[in-house]
Amino acid sequence: MSHTDIERPDSSHDDSHTEVSASEALLVEPSRLSPTRRALTTVLRSRELSIFLVLVAVVVLATTKNNAFLFSSDGWRNFLLNPSILLLLAVGQAVVIITRNVDLSVGSVMALTAYLTGRLFIEQPNIPIVAVLAACLLLGAVLGLVNGVLVAYGGVPALVITLGTLYIYRGIMLTWAGSDRINAGDLPREFLQLGTRSVLGVPLLTILALVVLAIVGYYLYTARGGRELYAIGSDPDAAVLYGLPVRRRLLAAFVLSGALAGLAGALYTARYGTVSSSVGLGIELQAVAAAVIGGVAIFGGSGTVWGAAIGAFLLVTINRALPSLGIEDFWQRAVVGALILGAIVLDRVLAVRQARKLAESRDHS
Amino acid sequence: MTTTQSPAAPAAPTRTYADYSAPLWRRWLLTREMAVIALTVAVFVYATINVDNFDGPLTVKFLLQDIAPILLIALPMTLIIITGEIDLSVASIMGLSSVLLGVFHDSGMSIPAAAVLALLAGLACGALNGFLIAYVGLPSLAVTIGTLALFRGIAVGLLGTTAITEFTDKWSDLATNTIGESRIPLVMIPFAVLTIAFVVLLHFSTFGRGIYEIGLNDEAAHFTGVNVARTKFILFVLSGVVSAFAGIYFTLRYGSARGDNATGYELQVIAAVLLGGVSIFGGRGRLHGVLAGVVLIGVISSALRLESVTVNVTNIIVGLLLVASVILPSVLAWTSSRLPRKAATPPESSSTPNAASAGV
Repeated sequence: MSHTDIERPDSSHDDSHTEVSASEALLVEPSRLSPTRRALTTVLRSRELSIFLVLVAVVVLATTKNNAFLFSSDGWRNFLLNPSILLLLAVGQAVVIITRNVDLSVGSVMALTAYLTGRLFIEQPNIPIVAVLAACLLLGAVLGLVNGVLVAYGGVPALVITLGTLYIYRGIMLTWAGSDRINAGDLPREFLQLGTRSVLGVPLLTILALVVLAIVGYYLYTARGGRELYAIGSDPDAAVLYGLPVRRRLLAAFVLSGALAGLAGALYTARYGTVSSSVGLGIELQAVAAAVIGGVAIFGGSGTVWGAAIGAFLLVTINRALPSLGIEDFWQRAVVGALILGAIVLDRVLAVRQARKLAESRDHS
Repeated sequence: MTTTQSPAAPAAPTRTYADYSAPLWRRWLLTREMAVIALTVAVFVYATINVDNFDGPLTVKFLLQDIAPILLIALPMTLIIITGEIDLSVASIMGLSSVLLGVFHDSGMSIPAAAVLALLAGLACGALNGFLIAYVGLPSLAVTIGTLALFRGIAVGLLGTTAITEFTDKWSDLATNTIGESRIPLVMIPFAVLTIAFVVLLHFSTFGRGIYEIGLNDEAAHFTGVNVARTKFILFVLSGVVSAFAGIYFTLRYGSARGDNATGYELQVIAAVLLGGVSIFGGRGRLHGVLAGVVLIGVISSALRLESVTVNVTNIIVGLLLVASVILPSVLAWTSSRLPRKAATPPESSSTPNAASAGV
């Protein structure tokens, strides 16, 4: 750290010696760029920006075809509101994938807490909303902890464990619910308003999701624990040898993913008012897809929750945009599949180019 | 020997020299596969005695018809997981081949011709997976999540929410008839042929040895002359074709071609394969264990259905079995490292010095 500080030339000196392009300098020796240019180049070359531009393009295209897509109170609200629940799941999923794991059980956790929400309101009509949200967070965290303990201490890939708990949690939810169904009439009006109310034109649900996103993103970017998650994902064995608290961090990642899925379940009930046995069926794959499209590498160690969040927005928005573009929305999944494939092929191309440049710069020096 | 030094060591997929010092019968009987087979037989016997109508003439027929698609896809899936890869797109290929069969048949084509085209589509789907994974070098988990959405999307896009249900009785009967007077469905004949082919491929060919080598260490496999990329490509193509076949069977059996046919089957297949003792790390697993795993899940669901227990409880049991079967080796390794040495595995001459340290 101090070593590079001493050797770093001042900015005027720096500019006269710059022969390589900004992108190469950023890769090979970031300290040769001034902090402003470094930040600017990082942003311009980030995966998040390219995905964001795709999202903007989709929105602009759909809006030019049909003004109401964005510029109507309903269009604007749907644009922000619909992705909020998937966004929460994608954030949790991104954190887990960064540690080189995956959490397939989120859809079932969501179903359990969605039913719990309805059940609580039926049994205790006067229960405060905050208590319900807290109960859902807690149940989700406990279910996530079960995943985390099995993964961290079992020495078995998360794919297998969470595939098992996907069945178990869904089975528990269905056994508990039976043929029962939660309807909007069972829920207090204030709770349903949580899913529809807006503050300054932004739905409350979206604000909540964005606050969660900001906190998790800030933690991953700055805090020691967050950086250690990346270290664990890049090389789990090295992380153990280096003495990082790998098991504790894995537990935390799964608890977070479970808790966010729990919160998502409560918000799902608030948003849609009904809970049937098919809540969250298959949404785990959407959450993984959002993260992968947003640039979170499935082999861990890289990616951001911002990217996953934009990925979630893109997935949901495409679904709504297709009919305005004159394509039947049955094709949405095909478009999403093509997007995922495009995203991972792009990742691969960029990684190969980066490796080649690093090798070249090493040969030159 | 070495396990005494590291408590809570995760179950390593590799075999130690000690495994081969045991007598042959012990090596055969004390395996993961035999445990699954024993459990399957036990559940089967228990159900026959205690569950009403389980020994009825229709139960075996429906049981075999229900598990046939899973049995079929589990064959290539086993080989793919042994190489350390995974294929999540199989159920989407089933759905796509189902829709194509319906669409082609609807446009006036005969069933065999439509089926050939559907199989070719499955082959193309598998080739796309295989190309991206084996030759472009992308992770199979990510690729097949993408193609899961892509193939399902094409299937749903082609038919929307409509279904094609007009199939000639002759062909629907073929999917539901049994062999002569027995209770065994006709589909078990191609299934048996495929099983024998896959057993030979995996356990009695150099190609199969290569599959295990790739799963244990693909770089080492490459240096010993295994064509890693080609092997993986072939496996994904096989998986695509077999999935398409399962999709055709599924369509004819229920007489309905729909875009959302067989949704979620990929997880059932993977659960059955892992239950049968195949390691998700790759390099370990045998087909007889997988067959037992598939039958075990089938028998449990069928018995519980006859007891009018809902499918939910079956889900819980399948999930618990899956988690227990992968966690158990770690738990056993951990407990045997805690127990006094004499309670653990048969003594070896070299293990005596370790006995003192293990007891501490």
